[in-house]
Amino acid sequence: MKSLKELDQIREKALEMTRVRQGQGLVKIVVGLGTCGIAAGARDVMAAILDELSKRGLTSVTVSQTGCVGLCDQEPLVDVIKAGEPRVTYGRVTPEVARKIIAQHVINHQVLGEWVIATKEA
Amino acid sequence: MRELALHILDLLQNSAEAGALRVELGVEEDPENDILRISVGDDGRGMDEATVRRVLDPFYTTRKTRHVGLGLPLLAAAARRCGGKVEIESAPGVGTKVSADFRRSNIDRAPLGDLPQTLAIFLAGHPGLRLVYRHRVGPRDLTFDSDEVSARLGAVGFDHPLVADWVKGYLSEGLLNLQKG
Repeated sequence: MKSLKELDQIREKALEMTRVRQGQGLVKIVVGLGTCGIAAGARDVMAAILDELSKRGLTSVTVSQTGCVGLCDQEPLVDVIKAGEPRVTYGRVTPEVARKIIAQHVINHQVLGEWVIATKEA
Repeated sequence: MRELALHILDLLQNSAEAGALRVELGVEEDPENDILRISVGDDGRGMDEATVRRVLDPFYTTRKTRHVGLGLPLLAAAARRCGGKVEIESAPGVGTKVSADFRRSNIDRAPLGDLPQTLAIFLAGHPGLRLVYRHRVGPRDLTFDSDEVSARLGAVGFDHPLVADWVKGYLSEGLLNLQKG
């Protein structure tokens, strides 16, 4: 049975993970969650990203949301922003591709070329 | 949208974009009268009367990135398709409340869908916002107040993957109990 009491343990675990992350390079991921993104499946993409981060214990990554950026036909859109590297925008991302983005791009620094729709110098 | 939960996510995002600090989500399932009602009320910037009249028009949007706004028109179409309707009340500086009624048993009514996942994700994207969610099925109900969770989490936010995971699990269990009574 899940209860609010469990949150005490989660808080401690989360704080411990945060302490570990000191010194790791920070990565920012942005998911498009406007009407267009939602209709194209962005909720499940975002869920896959959070799940992958949680499984891998990656806390140096922050995930945020944005509205429509005018590329509705390319949704779901996922941006990966790493310090000192160009900002990479992936288009038509599925939950499976999102998991690959975490494993290959975020962790192993290999951009998934076939899914990239734009890059922008930092 | 394949799930009502996705319409709900869209409405919640609208509230967040309107600068809301507190959003109330209500889901009422009334099997006796065959109604399913969804309402999202916020304390965001609100709209004047003229704007309220235009938001159901797909060619109206406040956004600058494209010229159509489909969120509310899609919701209205989904409600109409199964004998329901959408109502919008709003006042500048006070907030907005959108209610959508659906005929619960109508074959064209989309399933409620994965509401726990949807709310976990919404909260992850808006850690500073307070969400109060009430879900009623007949005489039984469930209430979730994100402030109660925040109070226990201290410096840890809803955007932490462990917290998102907990929210999803907690609400899934709550809804399961609610449905089976």
